[in-house]
Amino acid sequence: MEKQKSIVSLLKAKQDTILQEWEKEQFSAGKFRADLISPDELKQQMRDFWDSLLKALGQEERVDLSDEGWKPVRSLLTELSKSRAKLGFTPSETALFVFSLKKPIFQLIQDTFQNDPARLQKELWDLNTLLDSLGLFTTETYIRSKEEIIRRQQEEMLELSTPVVKIWEQIVAVPLIGTLDSARTQTVMENLLQEIVAASATVAIIDITGVPTVDTLVAQHLIKTVSAARLMGAECIISGIRPQIAQTMIHLGVSFQDITTKATLAEAIKYGLSQVGYRISKME
Amino acid sequence: MEQIPILKLGKFLLVTIQVDMHDQLALRLQDELTNRIVKENAKGVLIDISALEIVDSFIGRTLANIAAMARILDAETVVVGMQPAVAITMVELGLSLPGVRTALNVERGMEILSSLVQVDSDAPPPA
Amino acid sequence: MLLLRRDSFPLQSSDDIVKARQIVRTWAAELGFKLVDQTKIVTASSELARNAYDHGKGGIMIIEAIEDGDRKGLRLTFQDQGPGIPDIEQALKDGYSTSGGLGLGLGGAKRLVNEFHIESTVGKGTTVRIVKWV
Repeated sequence: MEKQKSIVSLLKAKQDTILQEWEKEQFSAGKFRADLISPDELKQQMRDFWDSLLKALGQEERVDLSDEGWKPVRSLLTELSKSRAKLGFTPSETALFVFSLKKPIFQLIQDTFQNDPARLQKELWDLNTLLDSLGLFTTETYIRSKEEIIRRQQEEMLELSTPVVKIWEQIVAVPLIGTLDSARTQTVMENLLQEIVAASATVAIIDITGVPTVDTLVAQHLIKTVSAARLMGAECIISGIRPQIAQTMIHLGVSFQDITTKATLAEAIKYGLSQVGYRISKME
Repeated sequence: MEQIPILKLGKFLLVTIQVDMHDQLALRLQDELTNRIVKENAKGVLIDISALEIVDSFIGRTLANIAAMARILDAETVVVGMQPAVAITMVELGLSLPGVRTALNVERGMEILSSLVQVDSDAPPPA
Repeated sequence: MLLLRRDSFPLQSSDDIVKARQIVRTWAAELGFKLVDQTKIVTASSELARNAYDHGKGGIMIIEAIEDGDRKGLRLTFQDQGPGIPDIEQALKDGYSTSGGLGLGLGGAKRLVNEFHIESTVGKGTTVRIVKWV
């Protein structure tokens, strides 16, 4: 405890020098991203981090980031890493925020304890361990928030890419575009069935004109959707099957027997309308 | 004793399943429904399962049996209101209710029954 | 793998099958399963609870909420002291039935969950364990 305090007071006493040196590091050529952050903002972040670091060092006997006293430092670094991940900083640039503090601090320790090699080594080791763990923490948080961004975008894409549209009273359609994987096909299936209930539709059209390939798994999902719709009391039509897809399906041994298929969306709509009692005809 | 009410609507019978059925109750429904078809001379049966949270193989088989028995007794069966989640699960389970007609809701089910029975009564009487 | 919560229930009457379904539904909803997945695990539990009750002459269901890394799941174990299944592979095939049913119980339940494990000893009983991840 005693020793810890002395380091804290040493850091506090020399904080102007350290901050100046640290700033030099941060703003040195090739490191400062002027395109992503303003100098004032960066200086504020450095100042906040420094203050919370000193406070935590003064409070906690052990340097264990999971301790309560380190919470402010952790949440500060979490905020920083998250915002940097969003802004487009690289992971190294983000970690550098902490690592660039090493040089000024080590310099200070070296100058202070140069006549006491044992103490020098001990303090260097302790501070090195601390800064490493803080740097790693930023990297971890950075990666986690990137993953979070990817996950959210995937979800948004799933939602966006499967709009169910109402064609006419009792007829809904879902135009599928792009490659279908299992997760997406499942979302389509659930959305379509929900929409059948919401619109009291008796005919549902799945148009796969925009789907480049259909493998066995996707074909199975389509067949399951048709069966589920049938159990609910709606007829499902698959339209827009391109010649290549028809060929692959036969080669794969997937049969769409018992399922109404139409070559084009227009044909499917015409068929659907006739199922619910309408006819398309040309005006005189 | 627990019972599922069977309503008479003209030539048709309407059953609304609103409880999580245990197996005996499902079998009892099968018994009572076939009895009522004969007693009321019903031409159609509507089974509303919109409140059912699952249809497992036992309930699925009971529904299929009811439809098959009703057909022998000259009545058509329409199962209406199956929830999407239930339908998806049934397909995954491998149940397809062969021989059972389905409709989105009671109204549509009624239309189907009416059109089926209409066709029957339009047919010329046997010579 | 972390065990968050555990409970067990008897399967001694057809009312118990209904209760088992309701308990599985409640736990699945609390763990955050989507409606479709809730329906799948409840349906699977209904099949397996009925198997334990009908063929196993009664048994128990153990329900456990588990956590593995950042995913949560539901693990259900159905145990009975019935006659056991001589040929498990055969029993998992669709259409296999000893009770005059549709024979979709075991194979169907397997398709509704992520993990399926069955152990059976003739004369001793059967244990089926399933896991579904949120």
